[in-house]
Amino acid sequence: MPDTATLLKLIFGRLTLESIPLHEPILLATFAVVALGGLALLGALTYFRLWGYLWREWFTTVDHKRIGIMYMVLGIVMLLRGFSDAVMMRLQQAMAFNGSDGYLPAQHYDQIFTAHGVIMIFFVAMPLVTGLMNYVVPLQIGARDVSFPFLNNFSFWMTTAGAVLVMMSLFVGEFARTGWLAYPPLSGIGYSPDAGVDYYIWALQVAGVGTTLSGINLVCTIIKMRAPGMTMMRMPVFTWTSLCTNVLIVATFPVLTAVLALLALDRYVGTNFFTNDFGGNPMMYVNLIWIWGHPEVYILILPAFGIFSEVTSTFSGKRLFGYTSMVYATVVITILSYLVWLHHFFTMGSGASVNSFFGITTMIISIPTGAKIFNWLFTMYRGRIRFELPMMWTLAFMLTFVIGGMTGVLLAVPPADFVLHNSLFLVAHFHNVIIGGVLYGLFAGMIYWWPKAFGFRLEPFWGKLSFWFWVVGFWFAFMPLYILGLMGVTRRMRVFDDPSLQIWFVIAGLGAFMILLGIIFFLVQIGVSIWRREALRETTGDPWNGRTLEWATSSPPPDYNFAFTPVIHDNDAWADMKQRGYERPLEGFKPIHMPRNTGTGIILAGLSTCLGFGLIWYMWWLAALSFVAILATVVAHTFNYNRDFDIPAEEVVRTEDARTRLLAGSGA
Amino acid sequence: MTSPQTITPDEAPVFYLTDEHAHPEGHSTPLGFWIYLMSDCLIFAILFAIYGVLGANYAAGPSPKDLFDLKLVALNTTMLLLSSITYGFAMLTMEKDRVGATQAWLAVTGLFGLAFLSIELYEFHHFIEIGATPQRSAFLSAFFTLVGTHGLHVTFGTIWLVTLMTQVARHGLIPANRRRLMCLSMFWHFLDVIWIGVFTFVYLMGMLR
Repeated sequence: MPDTATLLKLIFGRLTLESIPLHEPILLATFAVVALGGLALLGALTYFRLWGYLWREWFTTVDHKRIGIMYMVLGIVMLLRGFSDAVMMRLQQAMAFNGSDGYLPAQHYDQIFTAHGVIMIFFVAMPLVTGLMNYVVPLQIGARDVSFPFLNNFSFWMTTAGAVLVMMSLFVGEFARTGWLAYPPLSGIGYSPDAGVDYYIWALQVAGVGTTLSGINLVCTIIKMRAPGMTMMRMPVFTWTSLCTNVLIVATFPVLTAVLALLALDRYVGTNFFTNDFGGNPMMYVNLIWIWGHPEVYILILPAFGIFSEVTSTFSGKRLFGYTSMVYATVVITILSYLVWLHHFFTMGSGASVNSFFGITTMIISIPTGAKIFNWLFTMYRGRIRFELPMMWTLAFMLTFVIGGMTGVLLAVPPADFVLHNSLFLVAHFHNVIIGGVLYGLFAGMIYWWPKAFGFRLEPFWGKLSFWFWVVGFWFAFMPLYILGLMGVTRRMRVFDDPSLQIWFVIAGLGAFMILLGIIFFLVQIGVSIWRREALRETTGDPWNGRTLEWATSSPPPDYNFAFTPVIHDNDAWADMKQRGYERPLEGFKPIHMPRNTGTGIILAGLSTCLGFGLIWYMWWLAALSFVAILATVVAHTFNYNRDFDIPAEEVVRTEDARTRLLAGSGA
Repeated sequence: MTSPQTITPDEAPVFYLTDEHAHPEGHSTPLGFWIYLMSDCLIFAILFAIYGVLGANYAAGPSPKDLFDLKLVALNTTMLLLSSITYGFAMLTMEKDRVGATQAWLAVTGLFGLAFLSIELYEFHHFIEIGATPQRSAFLSAFFTLVGTHGLHVTFGTIWLVTLMTQVARHGLIPANRRRLMCLSMFWHFLDVIWIGVFTFVYLMGMLR
């Protein structure tokens, strides 16, 4: 007969009441707000009887457009969490001077900077990028869906499951206190015995499955599903950059999976891969994780480059300057991104030859990137530029990103890096390129494709306000960090001794506050636009006088995207079709073959969350049970052979007739 | 995918297909599965690299020469290679639409796979019994992880094999099942290739070290 303590341990593993952070007033208040907000949301969904609708039309959907939108929602929700972390750090650093300890205890502050990095990369930037690719790529290549529609749904839910695990760590236990890449030996079981690093590992492993599969899916889609006539060199640039990004995903995420699995073995089984004794080698981890980590930043930036290319060419009313060079620049960046990882740790001390090699490859990357900047500038040259919001974000990107790129080249010089390594200069540099590149690109993309996805434009006033607060706030927030970094201030510090530094942190805090307003105004912009959607209605399907195929169909596109598969004769297929008198087909519609919805994806992701939770808290029965359940669900799913259906011709006729009336009404 | 239409300047170009065939079901599956295999191959590449770096860090513990029994490994390798051959026979009989023969060859493949796993488990058990555990040294951590990951793949492959045999028994050699058998075939041969790497790099070269 086991006593109570043993029994509790058997059931709950190492999860005890102590793990609930009741002693942390900040977390308690956050939890209260989240719980109340969550309950209100669940209540509203129940009250308005939306559960069935959400389940049928969204959660189980295999439509790439809806999955894309769900990715965007996930990214924006997680942006709020990641940005709260940023504001808390800025506040702490602005306060902790003259003997003050600030307001965050060290163990909380360390979790915050780790969570900020992890969330912003994995659960904000990745979902937003994947979401846009998911939505736009099949439309741009004239396809009806992706190659593997069920896998697409599954990938989304696995990404969400990872995000759920990270969010859980806020209220049950703690998150890692190791920095966003969790270097051993600090992340080993000896120095981080609690559940934080395990949350980190399993959240990323679960989300990583989703990312890898979505990478495979989109590579296949782009290679196999292009409309007739769309040769590789006639693909829109966004599709090209998406292809390169997804090739990078497939070629790097397995490395992350492997290295995190090895860290997990070190922590759970007691192996000696990254330990300091029994022959382990911690620098092996650092090498491997950056072999994934450096291509990862290109995974994020390449689609943004694609968005800027589409936006520049559309709003300049011209063909993109130097299409071929743009494609080759993208491919060269893709390859080079694999050859630079060591520049993240020149200080490892691998010697002058190795450091020079990686310093030089890093500097070489700025050449294709520079070529891209000139291509965009020459596209604008003598164009009829319309300064709509996406174009404004593009211009802000060009100004900001060039500065970030130059500080990057500076850091690529090994001797300079020995001085600047792990300083705030580095922090300023990567925020400069990720915010000024990826995030500005995502804003440009979201505003550019919004009317396509929802059938109404985003209202520009609040958007412009958001734009200016973001851009100005960015300079206020990060220029002081460059200065502090040059003065030798290292990253991840909680308190400071030198009072003369405080003013810079106060200015940076002010910048963060302006960015906060930028985010709020962005949300207001969405809210106001939904409210006034009738006035902002977009009936033509082509609000910006676009040039690529996604603008050939209605906004929002029908489930089947295109009633007839388009045939492509030129780059900028839609511009070519408009110019040569394309007429929309009005008859002869046929039934369209489409994949059927399935709940397997969300079930598997839910089980994976349980598996992760069981492993994190050593609840072995839960882990084993979830694992068996996952296996059983997968096998059971393969017994379902009935996975598609036909949209009847009458329904296609109805949908297309409705569009004909809409087009006639809008006078197009 | 049809070939692009060629257009002459005075003829209005065709901008859409009126008479089209839906993409046949599963038309991207072989490519997708191939890409998946390559991503899996990368995981093995990392494990090989780890073994390459840490494989000589014995931490005063046993070395390959103390542990490996090449005769046993040769037997094990034979089991896996034979399973690949019999899978090949299963695919040949599948092409001839002989359900019974296909099932029989698949069953033989599964048995060889189980034999391989049993011998591997015996080897692992033996090592652990004499104190050569994964915790003993970085070399043993890397050894158990690389060989064990391969073994896990064979295990899942066997579960998949049984699943497919059930499905073939139920529905016969319909196109969906043929496609699935083809994917498992790629997977199975892929594991064979990986094993040849393990055999050479871990066992044979380990004995030379």
